[in-house]
Amino acid sequence: MDPRLTYATALRVTGQLRNDPRTIALLLVVPVFLVAIVKWVYLDQDRIFQRVGVPLLGIFPLTSMFLVTSITMLRERTTGTLERLLTTPLAKMDLLLGYALAFGSIAVVQAGIVSLVAFGLLGLETEGPAIAVIGLAVLNAVLGMAMGLLVSAFARSEFQAVQFMPALLLPQFLLCGLLAPRESMAGPLEALSNVLPMTYAYDALSRVARGEDFAGRVAVDTGVLLGASLVALALGAATLRRRTP
Amino acid sequence: MNEAAIVVEGLRVFRGGNEVLRDLTLAIPRGRITGLLGPSGCGKTTLMRAIVGVQVVSDGRVTVLGHPAGGKELRSRVGYVTQAPSVYDDISIEANLRYFQRLYGAPPARVADAIATVGLGEHSDRLVRNLSGGQRARVSLATALLANPEVLVLDEPTVGLDPVLRAELWGTFRQLADAGATLLVSSHVMDEAERCDELVLMRDGVVLSHSTLPELLATTGAADVEKAFLQLVRRNEDA
Repeated sequence: MDPRLTYATALRVTGQLRNDPRTIALLLVVPVFLVAIVKWVYLDQDRIFQRVGVPLLGIFPLTSMFLVTSITMLRERTTGTLERLLTTPLAKMDLLLGYALAFGSIAVVQAGIVSLVAFGLLGLETEGPAIAVIGLAVLNAVLGMAMGLLVSAFARSEFQAVQFMPALLLPQFLLCGLLAPRESMAGPLEALSNVLPMTYAYDALSRVARGEDFAGRVAVDTGVLLGASLVALALGAATLRRRTP
Repeated sequence: MNEAAIVVEGLRVFRGGNEVLRDLTLAIPRGRITGLLGPSGCGKTTLMRAIVGVQVVSDGRVTVLGHPAGGKELRSRVGYVTQAPSVYDDISIEANLRYFQRLYGAPPARVADAIATVGLGEHSDRLVRNLSGGQRARVSLATALLANPEVLVLDEPTVGLDPVLRAELWGTFRQLADAGATLLVSSHVMDEAERCDELVLMRDGVVLSHSTLPELLATTGAADVEKAFLQLVRRNEDA
């Protein structure tokens, strides 16, 4: 592993996105647009907006980085650039960390902008520090990136890669506790939600919003998110094969 | 110095249940241009993939510069250009080269040199997706030239290029070989044979012959490589 190669890879990936201003605009504007809609939907029920707002801020980066990474990595696999990279001195971990660095920094900007708008203009409130919300959002982005990387190994085309989003992320969104408290779910659903990473993302964000300090459950949630990211990254690394049939 | 740059011993590769390389043995000398000729589907690409260490092999051994193919020691010493250009479409020519320059740890000045070598000097800030097929192939070739590799494995590098540029690139290959590099260049166009020091003719996963062009013509009594190839195929089938 070589940090210079990690950095070179991050530069290349952000360079690819920089030449695609429409994707950047969508990454930065869509979350703001969605939070504004949620605000409007619950205009007369501010309590609900306050409950779901902060967790949503942290969950957007997970979804968008999942999509962007799965497509970018699928392209690396299908255009032969991955095979070529693996014949160079670049280590697999350099490649993965380069991706994490690139998409992590985009997530900082994305979460920063949507937080600024939500807290500044839309009247969203958090008892805990806004910086903790942004930090969790970035961690979620890395988790989304790692999952996207992993699923790119199982997609043969971009159509398939895109379909993994509703297949893998929507169930997590439905079960994470945002739409209904997990305690009120049927036993099997609650059990399932216990093993889905987004559950912990929601839990951590809603606890920060309620002003719980970092110790206790928030720390446990953060640890789970970190662990899930590492597991997905390790599994993703295992799918990057130097030798193929 | 006399020892071969690439040694292939008893190599067997299966793909999709078919034996693509059948107990193939071959030694590629240092500092020379070896042409790998044969019809498409004969196993040229698979052999090259095995040499750069990205092919799963069932049996046999491939040694490059004294190390097992694909080993860590070889990654900045062996350049590989795939048949389909493997470069990033959504960044400029220069950005592509800059990335590979950093990966190989090559001096930054080599970027402009490599772009000039493949004749793309005036286009270096253009996005690769706006280039023609031949231009993309040249970007792909330039990334492999960056590292000044000791061994350069080129899979059909001149397909679809205009004759002037083709002649120039062969001139570049010659300079690299004169400077001591070992080149293995595949082609299904038999007329590129005369530019190579040695010729390896392949068919159905086996090597039909390995010799210089004059030797090949002398032993087969044929007037050109195409006819020599047919001669060898017939002789093989009679045997």
